[in-house]
Amino acid sequence: MTAPQVAPEETPDVEETPAADRPWVTIVHNDPVNLMSYVTWVFQTLFGYTKEKAERLMLDVHHKGRAVVSSGARERMEHDASRLHAYGLWATVSRD
Amino acid sequence: MFRRHGDQCVARFAADEVAVLRQVASEVIGLLSESFDRDDPVVERLFPDAYSDDVEQAAEFRRYTEGDLKIAKIDQAAAILAALPDGGGAVVRLDGEAAEAWLRALNDVRLALGIRLDVRDDTDLLEELDEAVMRDPTSARVRQLTMYEYLGVLQESLLDSITNGSL
Repeated sequence: MTAPQVAPEETPDVEETPAADRPWVTIVHNDPVNLMSYVTWVFQTLFGYTKEKAERLMLDVHHKGRAVVSSGARERMEHDASRLHAYGLWATVSRD
Repeated sequence: MFRRHGDQCVARFAADEVAVLRQVASEVIGLLSESFDRDDPVVERLFPDAYSDDVEQAAEFRRYTEGDLKIAKIDQAAAILAALPDGGGAVVRLDGEAAEAWLRALNDVRLALGIRLDVRDDTDLLEELDEAVMRDPTSARVRQLTMYEYLGVLQESLLDSITNGSL
């Protein structure tokens, strides 16, 4: 899944090994405070997802405790996580 | 509560609502500036570790992002203060940018209150409030639960106003 509006990917650091080329993911975790409607809106606003896709992801977070909301280069996933943190969502980055 | 009015989100606040909003926004600003404490659970929630199982990577991420994130959160809480009078009631009119700043800031203050009140997935707010009122209707917990409930409804109304047509 690729977000339509993304920051330009940075050149990988020289010390990165080929293993670091494997895709990374941004994960959003469930929390008891954020409104379901707000979480859906954040996914639409940040990633340009349709309402249907954003709602599906929100429900995954709600029912399964977490959902992968974007995947790709590590630097972009860190960028996504920091944007999600600015909106108050609990996001982490990990290797797929 | 907010309503959509043309290209603005508009709400009328009574004096006590203005006071509550000023208080919670100021508390978040205080928490993120002079008394910033990484071990405070509220700070932990507002600045989550990006790497849950890698302390070093989490610290590295924080080093690069924490400053900007802190400024963004202080700015959005300040947007609430900027739109409100020092005292008395007020009609607040927010354009697109200010409305989104309010929306994010209301989310931050609810996250902070939620941690302080120990809100969990299975928490029934009305039940909590009933119990707290029975114990002591004048307690800080009653006041905080009431604020938390109010801020949730207010945030939902603002989100509805924002999405009701594009600002």
